Amino acid sequence: MTAKPKIIVGLGTCGIAAGGQDVYQAIEKALAENNIDAELTQTGCIGACENEVLVDIQKPGQPRITYGKVPPEEVGNVVTEHIVKDQISRDFVLGKIGEGDLPAEYEDIPVFFEELPFYQKQNRLCLRNCGFINPEIIDEYVAREGYEALKKVITTMKPEEVVEEVKKSGLRGRGGGGFPSGLKWEFTMKAEGDKKYIVCNADEGDPGAFMDRSILEGDPHSVLEGMAIAGYAVGADEGYIYCRAEYPLAVKRLKLAIEQAKEKNFLGNNILGADFNFDLKVKEGAGAFVCGEETALLMSIEGKRGMPRPRPPFPAQKGLFDKPTCLNNVETFGNVPVVFLKGADYFASIGTEGSKGTKVFALTGSINRTGLAEVPMGITIQEVVYDIAGGLPGDGEFKAVQVGGPSGGCIPKDLLHLPIDYDSLTDAGAMMGSGGLVIMGLDTCMVDIARYFLTFTQSESCGKCTPCREGTKRMLEILQRITTGEGEPEDIEKLKTLGDAISSTSLCGLGQTAPNPVLTTLRYFQDEYEKHIFDKRCPAGICVDLLIYAIDPELCDGCRRCVKACPVDAISGEKKEPHVIDTEACIKCGACLEKCKEEAIKLQS
Amino acid sequence: MELLEGEREEILNKVNEIVKGYDDNRENLIPILQKVQMGIGYLPLLAQEKIAEALNIPPVDVYGLATFYNQFRLNPPGKHQVQVCMGTACHMIGGQIIMDSFERRLEIEEGETTSDREFSLERVACVGCCAIAPVVVINDFVEGKVSPLRVDGIMLQLQEGKEDSNSLEGEAEDKSPEEKNERGNQE
Repeated sequence: MTAKPKIIVGLGTCGIAAGGQDVYQAIEKALAENNIDAELTQTGCIGACENEVLVDIQKPGQPRITYGKVPPEEVGNVVTEHIVKDQISRDFVLGKIGEGDLPAEYEDIPVFFEELPFYQKQNRLCLRNCGFINPEIIDEYVAREGYEALKKVITTMKPEEVVEEVKKSGLRGRGGGGFPSGLKWEFTMKAEGDKKYIVCNADEGDPGAFMDRSILEGDPHSVLEGMAIAGYAVGADEGYIYCRAEYPLAVKRLKLAIEQAKEKNFLGNNILGADFNFDLKVKEGAGAFVCGEETALLMSIEGKRGMPRPRPPFPAQKGLFDKPTCLNNVETFGNVPVVFLKGADYFASIGTEGSKGTKVFALTGSINRTGLAEVPMGITIQEVVYDIAGGLPGDGEFKAVQVGGPSGGCIPKDLLHLPIDYDSLTDAGAMMGSGGLVIMGLDTCMVDIARYFLTFTQSESCGKCTPCREGTKRMLEILQRITTGEGEPEDIEKLKTLGDAISSTSLCGLGQTAPNPVLTTLRYFQDEYEKHIFDKRCPAGICVDLLIYAIDPELCDGCRRCVKACPVDAISGEKKEPHVIDTEACIKCGACLEKCKEEAIKLQS
Repeated sequence: MELLEGEREEILNKVNEIVKGYDDNRENLIPILQKVQMGIGYLPLLAQEKIAEALNIPPVDVYGLATFYNQFRLNPPGKHQVQVCMGTACHMIGGQIIMDSFERRLEIEEGETTSDREFSLERVACVGCCAIAPVVVINDFVEGKVSPLRVDGIMLQLQEGKEDSNSLEGEAEDKSPEEKNERGNQE
């Protein structure tokens, strides 16, 4: 029970970007000015990115009240009113968490995780602590059963039993491939060698994915605990966390967490008095998407260019510095403590036949509620898009969802009923990937999306094997032609042939999956390609080369706002007379579109 | 880019100081490059040669790494670093238009630095703030929901800030020695 009121501000990267630091300072100021004795602390991401900045207030004996979208100017008032006068601001309140009594007039405030539609269908195992604990204070993790799983494993289980338990849980790698984690651990355990390593892949490179970042920022100790358990199981005494340098906050919190865990003897020598040593280091990646591939990642840790090598030998036999290495990603390790706290049977009871447990998804794109959601495997796309994410803004029509980032694919409306698990996604031509879900409405051009992803994989291709290096380049050239109105009838066949060849002959996962975005959009949206090629039209109105900006003279009231906004002086017209855009000079930047209050500027395809 | 007067010395000192903290294990190459870049702002060829010497490896191995990873820069960064996010969510909502707007305003292409070294422009794959797309990172500060007009606003803010830190007249010719001084002070 908290003795004095506690105020918690969400300070993950997105919270900070939304102005979290200003809010924090404003609260500090308000507390000082009004002589309020309260504890002010921070936490990581609770997943409701849409509502940042999130502020929670908990008074002793009362449930914790979550406020969302609190601006710095208002937060002082909200906090003071709540703590001093027990008045909850209806403008910002989102929900309540936990037990306790509230004044009767506030009985209707929804229970955060049970009654808010965003959380109703979620099952937060891996994210159990995100948004609850201050990630920079180990005691808060420990207070929520932190390191209990490690204790249990070290003191009561043999390594073989640990591996067996993970196998029984059905946990599969959450980084994309979906390889059974227990098997990976078993191979590493059985591999010959005096020295073994545990490596955590925290090189979350998929554009549009941020679940690993949220876990690292919000609950770094769960990852450390998972790694230590893996170390005990396979017989490794050293581990590396390979984290993107683009995540400075995650790196900082990881390093702090490691220090604190060492002080408490959850890491280091003779952990918890047992004959088990385990030490961790953080390696900052230097920005290369291909390093998400396990052999490339290991090369990078060794200080080399991150280029994949053929497998076998698999890292479990010959990995980091040629020693047996067990490599999993952040979310996988974050799930490991859950397996031991709640038991493998419980874990295996969630999900589908082939995919057990939960998966964290980053929901972005054209939806009402962006954020991070952890759902049981097997949930349908429909449920995620409509029940959790709240559908598209303005009741817009759903067109497709992109699953799995540059390695994944676009799934159309007809497949909304598809359950989300490893196997059904692969069958549909996409893949689980790391878990980015980008929801697209009718204003998304599928050819443009395919081109976007291929641009990404093409520039991230390491260049080692020819199909990926040259093949993706040729595919991209064709797509560029199509989106600029230069497409030729045989392009569609060429894309298919090239795509199949690249998939089947590339060396690593990057190349093998690079054509997926193109192949799935061809499979489900070939008509859009045809419109670009034959009619030179972009139905969604996205491909700029196929568009013309024009002003509707009926709607234009001649306010001259667009004339001033145009950076290249392409708009002319007298005051109060309809304006005209010089299409030759227009660079299609959209500045006029943004300024026009009459919505008189139209995109013509 | 040509080295400025006195830059050579500064590079050598900085690199020496950094490599002293590491043994000549190849595993340390990326951390050293990261530290040097943090110190100097980029990885001039001179620095790469010195690092190769310290680790006892051929300079081409250092160059190979510096050109392989996106994080490393071979050109000096601008005093203001503009990074435009090109993640999926940002792309869908007009990230390219934001990039175009910066290119037009700064009169440089993505990946370049203005000749007065005031601004540099880069693309980043994803900063993980998809909920507030399109996103721009300016001098490590994340700004969300950026529009072409907001780009003008951002530029205005940066340029005003620039005038504040310089003398009132803000003479362009004086920039290089001034910059050098500032850097010297920071160390």
